[in-house]
Order: sequence, then structure tokens, then C-alpha cells
Amino acid sequence: MSVATPLLAVEGLSKSYGGIHAVRGVSFSLRAGEILALIGPNGAGKSTCFDMLNGQNQPDTGQVRLLGEEITGKKPREIWRMGVGRTFQITATFATMTVRENVQVALISHGKQLFNLFGSAPRFERGEAGRLLELVGMGGYADRPCGELAYGDLKRLELAVALANQPKLLLMDEPTAGMAPRERVDLMRLTAQIAREKSIGVLFTEHDMDVVFEHADRIIVLNRGTLIAEGTPAEVRGNPQVQAVYLGEGLVYDARHREGAST
Amino acid sequence: MAFYVVQFLTGLASAASLFLVASGLSIIFGVTRIVNFAHGAFYMIGAYIAFTLTERLSGAFGFWGSMVLAAIAVALIGVLVEMVLLRRIYHAPELFQLLATFGLTLMVEDLVVLIWGPDDLVGRRAPGFRGAIDFFGQNIPSYDLFLIVLGPVVLGILWLLFQRTRWGVLVRAATQDRDMVAALGVNQKWLFTSVFAVGVFLAALGGALQIPRDAVHHAMDLRIIVEVFVVVVIGGLGSIVGAFVAAVLVSELNAFGILIFPKISIILVFLVMAVVLIVRPWGLFGKPEAPARKTPGLTVNPWRPLTSNERLLALAALVIAATLPLFAGNYALTVGSEIAIFVIFAVSLHFLMSVGGLASFGHAAYFGLGAYGVAFLAKMAGLPMILCLLLGPLMGCMGAAVFGFFAVQLSGVYFAMLTLAFAQIVWSIAFQWVSVTGGDNGILGVWPEKWAGSPSHFYWLALGIAALVTIALRAMVFSPFGYALRATRDSLLRTEAIGINAKRIQWTAFVIAGTTAGIGGALFAYLKGSVFPDNLGISLSVDALVMVLLGGVETVSGAVIGAIVYKALSIWLISQTDLSKLVLGGFIMLIVVVFPKGIVGMLEMLAQRRRKSSPPGSSLLAKPIESAE
Repeated sequence: MSVATPLLAVEGLSKSYGGIHAVRGVSFSLRAGEILALIGPNGAGKSTCFDMLNGQNQPDTGQVRLLGEEITGKKPREIWRMGVGRTFQITATFATMTVRENVQVALISHGKQLFNLFGSAPRFERGEAGRLLELVGMGGYADRPCGELAYGDLKRLELAVALANQPKLLLMDEPTAGMAPRERVDLMRLTAQIAREKSIGVLFTEHDMDVVFEHADRIIVLNRGTLIAEGTPAEVRGNPQVQAVYLGEGLVYDARHREGAST
Repeated sequence: MAFYVVQFLTGLASAASLFLVASGLSIIFGVTRIVNFAHGAFYMIGAYIAFTLTERLSGAFGFWGSMVLAAIAVALIGVLVEMVLLRRIYHAPELFQLLATFGLTLMVEDLVVLIWGPDDLVGRRAPGFRGAIDFFGQNIPSYDLFLIVLGPVVLGILWLLFQRTRWGVLVRAATQDRDMVAALGVNQKWLFTSVFAVGVFLAALGGALQIPRDAVHHAMDLRIIVEVFVVVVIGGLGSIVGAFVAAVLVSELNAFGILIFPKISIILVFLVMAVVLIVRPWGLFGKPEAPARKTPGLTVNPWRPLTSNERLLALAALVIAATLPLFAGNYALTVGSEIAIFVIFAVSLHFLMSVGGLASFGHAAYFGLGAYGVAFLAKMAGLPMILCLLLGPLMGCMGAAVFGFFAVQLSGVYFAMLTLAFAQIVWSIAFQWVSVTGGDNGILGVWPEKWAGSPSHFYWLALGIAALVTIALRAMVFSPFGYALRATRDSLLRTEAIGINAKRIQWTAFVIAGTTAGIGGALFAYLKGSVFPDNLGISLSVDALVMVLLGGVETVSGAVIGAIVYKALSIWLISQTDLSKLVLGGFIMLIVVVFPKGIVGMLEMLAQRRRKSSPPGSSLLAKPIESAE
């Protein structure tokens, strides 16, 4: 562990609905430039946990700190202003606007020009919008209506939008869900590359174990709301508890073999 | 004490009809997701047909038979309407459904006058319930007692119908998840038609049962529909129990409101509704709605500013319009001024509705407030015209700031109904607060000063302001704020995730739109020389919606074209026929069903097709058409 303050520090996060403890005392941290995967079987509390990090849900107890600053209880838009970008499991984009305009809206918000009534939006940070789109390989699509895009391209556009405020942390909820295998690998490589270049911390949830084991620097495993394992992909894979509750007892999941096949 | 008990019972009796109509609306909405504006019209037809039948059929059996027969007859009309009209618009945006059913209402209003004449009709008393019962010296009509019992009985029957029959189970299932029910192999078409028939039956029965209490007249549809909207909004759309509780609540508020605040009894009900909506936006018994469908959104056609050629063309059109006084007479100039004013009104609604995705059904409130603002300043404070024109719209601005704050908390049909309700509050204040507003007589003698007095000068003034307003709002569409506003329309989730406070953006847009409408209203007061409650009425609000729709709700400049065409058409129409509502209503339905993209939208589509089918060089002809974009 480094001496410096971690980028993201989560301590004792808990949330219950009625008598059901969705998340119980979860703590972990994330360094700048690190790619951390949050995994667990269905109903493990991943989404609840995730939503509490970006302000869509408020924890009962526990704290979330970004570079030492408390962000628990803040609204999603306030958390974004502190440098947290996010992408959604089901993409959320502005369907009637062009790809470039989508990025420009984020840039307008970042530049605090939201209530500028008489400036020219089409010319607003056009260059920067183009650069962001190039970065995610969408440069050629800038003038396309967003509603016409294929799903994989929408995911890449979301990434560009999430990068518009030069975030310190990216939260990606199932970034590759609904994508073709080839697109998954591409998107995660791209994300990893950007994260390392710009020293952005990435936290993502994912169901696809190929993606997780190939791209994550570290993995944390949730089961029934509690953190049951944490470590490098190799450590997590070797953890018998994880194998038992997550990969299923009896069923031997030969991830080593699968990983070898996909690289 | 006895007096209050009687008042309470009167309220309960009024609740019966209201509950019947509201439960019908709620059932229809639950399954088809259509807010049936024409529900009041069905209620009215039910009353008229029942009146005719009770005149023909004698005896107790004849009377009660007439009630049921009338309701069945209207239900059959409902089936016809469902099959011919609604089936075509189930997948259309909410706005279109509301407008199409409103068009139907307009047609019915004229048809009813054609068939039964314009006079109030007083029906027979109910056999067996003619007398009154003495209650500690106060009289209670025995028919009221019958209605008080009837309400809960109908509630019970509906409960049995939905809990104990296969049809009821299907309806409840469809209310929760239409797609799932379709996937299970249920014949959706038949289910929707039958649900609509039941809903209409209840509305017509409610109307028929009113005969012994009230005269039948041709304006009873709008009065009931506004009350019914209030009931379902308070009770929760889709909930029958909610409709019952809210119908009782609203009727009691009316019954006692008259005792406590005789002048503002209507406002009491609307205030309760506003409070309920803020505390529980989906009503007392309703469930939170799935994300609202987007109001525009038939196509995905990115917007762009005018090219320099198109700008020149628009300027040329403006210059030509400015030469009108050189060859046209005074009447044409007055019409021209009115059209210019309605362009202002339409573009203001367009900004809210097309750019912001917030379809207001009460936009006339801010237009009318601007007009009253001018009237107050000119008549009471005696300010000069320039100052009045500058300050009058501030009334619209303030009204929009207050109501807009609450309205933007909601979306979709709830937003539409809340804005309608707010407009009705403003209307009833203007109508009832006679000492200040002159009530129905309005405020007269608001004439322009000499420099703007002649028709040609006033025309130039109106044209100039319309051009400025249009340019300013258009610039805002392509400003950073405009982008943010369009973003809130497309995805609230995403706007929040990129640091945008969507409600504040929408509220700002509401205030801008309201202020701009106020500018239109201010000019209108000077054009007419007077101000009336009609200047903030429902029909004016609907005019604005139709103008935007006619021009093309998904285009940038549709509102301008729509306002010009619609206003010119309707002025001409009123001069040609007495049945303007019939024609207008048919016209609205026609646009919604066969022409939903509007004039500019159609032209854009044609231009696009031409561009695709011909080489790029030959698209010169398409250029001027696109200037309308």
C-alpha cells in the first residue's frame, strides 16, 4: 500500500432494505491508474455498492472518500464535478443529438457554461470534442445522429463523454454487457490504455470472467453483501472460498484455460 | 350542525358521477396508457342521449332503462372511436394522443349543438326519487341519497369485475405489463377495445345519472374533464380506489370550499392537487410510473443552425412581410399583426415543448398574464406604452417562475395535466376576482399610443418584435443552454451523470418560455384593446399546441410556419362557417394520424429523399425548403 492518500477509499459501507442486508461493511481502496474489478454472483450487492459510490443511492453507514474528501451523501452531479466519470450498464446518451454534440454537452457542463444563453454551442470546444472522439476511435462518427449508432459504438461514446471532465476516477457498470466478444476485448483494452496513460483509476463491475481476469489489476469479490476476497487475478482465482461461492461448488471453472484461449 | 351534514351529503352525491367518469378514465389509462381527453365528451353524449330516451320512454322502467341504454349506446360509439382513431395512435407520443382526443372533444361539442340545439335541457326527475327527506329542518333530495349509495356499489362491482373475472385479471395484468400479456398470447386488440368500451360506459353512465340533478348543456364536457383530471391526478392514474377517494375529496372540497372561500372555491381544489403532486407525484394511490416516453421523438434528425444562404432567405421573407402595409388594407394588417403575435406565442411553446420535451397544456396562462400585466399597468398605473410592453411580460415571467417550479418536478402526462390545472387556476382567478380583473367583462380600453396606433405601425411593431423573439429563441436553441436543455429531454440519467442539474435547466426554460409568451400577450392586449379571461383559457393553450404540431414538433422552425398557417386558416375558417370546432377538431385528428411530422417535418423528409435520390449538384432546389428547418 502506498503512503499517499488512495484515490478512492471505501470504509464500512452498509445498506439494508427492510431486513435484507444488501451490502454489509464493505471496505476497499483504489489507487490512481489502477483497474479494479468488482465481481460477485447475481444478488451479491454489486449494483447497490456501485450506486452508493456515485451518489445514486445513499448508504446507511460507512464512508466513501475521493482523494481524502468525503463524497457520501453527495448527488451524482456533485460527485461528477469532483472528477468521477461514469458509464451505464444500459447506455444513456442523447439520442436526438449527434455524437459530437453528446460530447459537447459534457464539455459545456465541465466548462460551467450551462446557463450561457447566447454563445454558440456548435463551436463550443469543437476541437476538444474531436480529440476525445479520436481517443475512443469514434472520430469518423462525429456528425452521425447518436440514435443510429450500433451498441458497441454507443459504449465507446459513453467512454468519451465520461472522459470529458478529465476524471480522476471512472466508474463503469458492466462496460461490456451486450457486446460481441471482439468488441469487449477492444473496449477494455482501450479503457486500460487510457487509464494508464492518464493515470485514471477505474472501478468496474463485470459478469464476463474473461474480461475481468484479463484486464483487472486487482479484483474484489462480493457475496451476499460482504467482501469475501480481494487480490490480484491469480490470487482470487486460487481462492477456494471464491471458487465455492462464486464459481459454484462442484462445477470446475477452468479460467486458466479460458484465459489462455482468449489471449 | 345539520346544515354541515347536508353539505357533506351533497358533496358525497356529487362524488358519485365524478367517480364514475374518473374511474373510466383511470381504467383506460391503466391498460392503453392513453389519457383520454374525450372522456368529458363521452360523459356529455351520455347525458344527451339519456335525456332523449327518458323523454321517449315512460315509467320507472323506461327511465332507468334509458340510463343503461344511453351508456351502452355511448360505449358502442367508444368502440368505434377506439377502432378508427385510437388504434392508430397507441404508439404515438403522449402529446399526440392528448391532442387527438381533444380534437374529438371539439367535434363532439359542435355535433351536440347541431343535434340537440344550444339551449340547456332540463330532464325528468328520477321515478321513486322525486322528493326530499327532512333532516333536522334541512332538505336532502332523495336522489342524492341514491347517488351516495351508488358510488360505493359501483366501486364494489368494479372490484368484483377485476378480481373475480378472467377479463378483469387480464386487465390488471395488462396494467402492470402490457408486453408480457401480449407475449402470453392474449388478443391485445380485443382487450384494449373492451377496456375502452367499459371506460366509456362508466363515463356515459355518469353523465346520464346527472340528468335529474343538473341541466344538460354543451359545455359540460370541459368542466367535468378538468375536474376528472384533478381527481385522477390526486388519486393516482390507473387506481380505481384512488379515483373513489379523490372524487370524494374533491367533491367535499368543492362543497365546503364554497362556504369558506366563495370566491376562490376552485382554487382550493387545485391547491390540494399541487400539494399532493409535490409530496406524491404519482398520486395518493398510484404507483411511480416507468420512465416517461419522450414527448417528441418520432425520428432522430439532428438539428443544425441555418446556413448563410438560408439566413438570407429568412431575411428576404421578413422584408417581404414588412412590405405588407404598402398594398394591404387595414383588416389584412390587423390579421397580420395577430399572426405575428401568435408566432411569438408558438415559438415560446416550441422552446419548452420541442427543445425541452415539456408539453405544456396550459401555456396560455403566461400569454394571458402578459396581457393582464399590460392592462393593469396601462389602466391602473397609467404607464406609457413602451414601459407597459417591457414590464407587462414580467407577469408571465413571475407566473412561470412559480408554476414552473412545481411543474418541472414532473414529466409526461402528469406535467401536461399539472400545467393545465395551473392555467385553470389563473383562469378562475381572472374570472372570479371581479373587483380587480373585471371578471367576465374583462378590462377594456387598452389602446396603443399614437406612434403605434395606426394598423400599419402596429403591424410593423408586432412583426419586428416577433422577428426579434424568434431570432433570440433560435439562438438559444443553439447556445450551450439549448444543448443542455435538449440533453435533459433525451436522457435525465445521463445529464445528472455529467453534472447537470436538470430541474434547474428545465425551470429556466419554463421561465424563458413563459416570459416570451407574456410578450405575445402584451402585444395582444394592445391589438384587441381589451383583455378577457379567454386570453388564458384552455382553447388558447390548445391553439398553441396545434400550431407547433402543425409546423412540426421535431423541427427548429416548425412553430413559425405552423403559427402562420394555423392562424390564417382559423381566421378564415371562422369567417366561413359556424361549425369551426367541428372542422378544427377533425383537422387536429387528421394531423395527428396522417401528418404527425407537420409541415416542416414533411418538407425536410422530402428534401432528404430528394438529396438521396439525386446527385449532390442538383440539390439546389431542395435548399430553400430546408431553410425551414
